[in-house]
Amino acid sequence: MKVIVNVSLKEGVLDPEGQAIKSSLNNLGFEHCSDVRTGKQIILNLDQNSEDEVLTQAKKMCEELLVNTVIENYEINILKD
Amino acid sequence: MRSGVVIFPGSNCDRDMIVALRQITGKTPIKIWHKENDFPNLDLIVVPGGFTFGDYLRCGALAARSPVISSIKNHISRGGTVLGVCNGFQILIEAKILPGSLIRNKKLLFTCRETTLEVQNCMKNPFLSGFKIGECLKIPVAHNEGNYFAPKELLKQLKEEGRIALKYSKQNNSEKNYNPNGSSDDIAGILSTNGRVLGMMPHPERAINYLHGGTDGLKLLTNCVKQIIG
Repeated sequence: MKVIVNVSLKEGVLDPEGQAIKSSLNNLGFEHCSDVRTGKQIILNLDQNSEDEVLTQAKKMCEELLVNTVIENYEINILKD
Repeated sequence: MRSGVVIFPGSNCDRDMIVALRQITGKTPIKIWHKENDFPNLDLIVVPGGFTFGDYLRCGALAARSPVISSIKNHISRGGTVLGVCNGFQILIEAKILPGSLIRNKKLLFTCRETTLEVQNCMKNPFLSGFKIGECLKIPVAHNEGNYFAPKELLKQLKEEGRIALKYSKQNNSEKNYNPNGSSDDIAGILSTNGRVLGMMPHPERAINYLHGGTDGLKLLTNCVKQIIG
């Protein structure tokens, strides 16, 4: 089963990369772009059939390694074929 | 004085740290490969700087899950001393040995220059006890993710518990940007709850010879060795 983990910075955590992208977009004429936040996507392939088990495993992976919960939020989505 | 320096794939300040400790103690520290968890009891373990595992995922994240980490935790629970420098600090944070987080430098620039550090009024610890409060040390930094970030409550707690050991200082500093990375409260180094673990972004091992431009790093490391020997 394919699982997509989206990791984003928590509100209030400085995102200098997002700010640099924002200012570049503004320079290109996209003046209405008032904020940009960056994040990352991690795609996992889990050899399991139970959706519940996949979710439990993915959550454990996030908490143990994939996400730094001090500064990041995450959301897990199971990709259905 | 028995010391050891941990080496991960991508560590690159291990040799400089070994040279510094050999110069101070007269003994060569043992090298501890990150897969080892069976090494003799030591007085001091140093987690040196570098770009472990290519800084993949987050700086220090993969190194913090290496087998050696559980041995470092055992060493700490036996009352052992640990110094984490730069990427070593990031690793200690990722391993949850120290709290908070080290995020991207505010100005998105890799910063490599001398900084002035000010010794804080902090709890008793083997690294800075012996220095005067407010004493300044000139030690260089070289990093991209050294911006110390912690929720407000944690910053307050660190302050109250006297765990903020070193701050970037305005004193004797002509640099307009005395804080090289935008870290909260100008924090450059923090201590563990028992004061035996120090994580710091600046590199003391890079200021141990007049040819380096200064010897304040030597002063800090020498003090640390003296305090440990007692």
